[in-house]
Amino acid sequence: MSISTTTAQRTRPGGLGQQRQRSQRIAFAAKGQNVVLGLCGLATLAVVVQFLAPLGIVRAQDLPPTTVILGQLASLLADPLLWQAIYDTVYVWALGLLIATAAGAILGLLIGSSERARNALGSTIEFLRPIPSVALIPLVVLLFGPAYESALILVIYASFWQVLIQTIYGVIDVDPVVADTARSYRFTRIGIIRHVVLPTALPFIMTGFRLASSVALVLTVTAQMMIGTPGIGQAITTAESAGNTPKMYALVLVTGFLGVLVNILARYIEKRLLSWHMSFRKEVEL
Amino acid sequence: MAHVLQERSRTLKIIKKLLYVFTVPVILFIFWWFLSANNTSPYFPSLQSILAAFPETWFKGGLSSRIVVDGFASIGRLTTGYVLAALVAIALGAAIGLNTKVRAFCEPTLELFRAIPGPVLVPIISLFMGIGDSMKIAVVLLGCLWPILLNTIEGVRSVDSVMVDTAKSYRFTSFGTILRVVIPGASPQIFAGLRQGLSVGIILMVISEMFAATNGLGFSIIQFQRNFALPEMWTGIIVLGLLGLAASQVLQLVEGRTLAWYQGMRDSARNS
Repeated sequence: MSISTTTAQRTRPGGLGQQRQRSQRIAFAAKGQNVVLGLCGLATLAVVVQFLAPLGIVRAQDLPPTTVILGQLASLLADPLLWQAIYDTVYVWALGLLIATAAGAILGLLIGSSERARNALGSTIEFLRPIPSVALIPLVVLLFGPAYESALILVIYASFWQVLIQTIYGVIDVDPVVADTARSYRFTRIGIIRHVVLPTALPFIMTGFRLASSVALVLTVTAQMMIGTPGIGQAITTAESAGNTPKMYALVLVTGFLGVLVNILARYIEKRLLSWHMSFRKEVEL
Repeated sequence: MAHVLQERSRTLKIIKKLLYVFTVPVILFIFWWFLSANNTSPYFPSLQSILAAFPETWFKGGLSSRIVVDGFASIGRLTTGYVLAALVAIALGAAIGLNTKVRAFCEPTLELFRAIPGPVLVPIISLFMGIGDSMKIAVVLLGCLWPILLNTIEGVRSVDSVMVDTAKSYRFTSFGTILRVVIPGASPQIFAGLRQGLSVGIILMVISEMFAATNGLGFSIIQFQRNFALPEMWTGIIVLGLLGLAASQVLQLVEGRTLAWYQGMRDSARNS
């Protein structure tokens, strides 16, 4: 596919630049149109929510109109307590994700590169991985109470497996011929990992990282809601038990924005680290 | 002679495989058993006492035992919510994914909904539905929906357009095209969504039961913890782990059956 396009382009060297410029312009226009359509979608949602309560379809105390929620959000944004809650949430999320990613990637590289280790540990990993991390809630409550360590343990447990499994898959994906070639050129063990295994496994590790980053946020908020570690989740349960629904919805929106930011950040990191990789280069060429 | 040798090497292979599967778990079990045997920390009771508490806690009382009452309550909520979410997400995903304009219109809104962490749905949905079974099913449904939906949209988008055109020129109806070409073509991606959705679903089932319930596995565990019944609490953690394991095995089985063609295609592409 890519070969045929390059030969086609090579035969008409004069038209190439113009052609690319034009296709870029078309792509840009389509992207602009998509952004407008997407904003229309969000606006539609806002309008629908605005009129649900006044039309009597839901009770205003269950789902307040959009303007009320956004007004509450605006006043929350001026409140330092909200920023403290956001800081607490992001702190646990980032620390947990960092530890889980480092541990998952290193152990994954080690386990993945030895077939024996893979066979011996496979059943244990398959058994431990699906254990829902929320099952550990009662245990961490007893051990740490509503301290941030409770949340941290849940976050690490949930995200670790995502990274570990993907890393192992990535190492298995290494082309044996390339690995053998490196060996016959007397690459050291570490050299093979650094120059052969890691580049192949990195896209997989990044997929694991992306999945783990959203799972980590879910578990952070869960711990805050169920255990009461400080953060946005705890603020939501407080607002709920105080019967302050607009504030609850505003805080839920904040978690949503945080989630979107987390997704964008994970994709950005993935793109930066894998800019040399085929799957991303192709996108750039278009 | 050759036949006998072949037979023997096959038996050896099976034995080797069994050794690989069981060695590490058995070692871990032994370690846990002996390390916890003289444990004085109340939070980590000995494995012996956990196992001793197991039958008493979960199997006593026949049909009114915990494993039947709470287990079925939890599994029922999880399955209902998850299956509904899968059906809705695949149908909606096919509809949205096939039309570029509709996709552009919906995508930012869907991304926002997906980004909202599932557990915050529990207080919102209990406003509308109270704290009964329907609340828990709705929480599971709405939590699982987004990963499956967005993966379906992505999968449908990447289905080879030549195949869709071919189906059209063979006069498939548009419903037939979706059912026989688009959804099977998107199924590897759909299963990725189903896997993500399942782990979210189990988390939400447990949390909604911990939040407010009168039965279910999440409720039992939190009850044990509040009563400081620690060996019992540990048995609950083990039961939840087994449930997670069983659910992922069932999904893997379905995936293996449904995606056999895809695995075969990938293997042959790799070997060629």
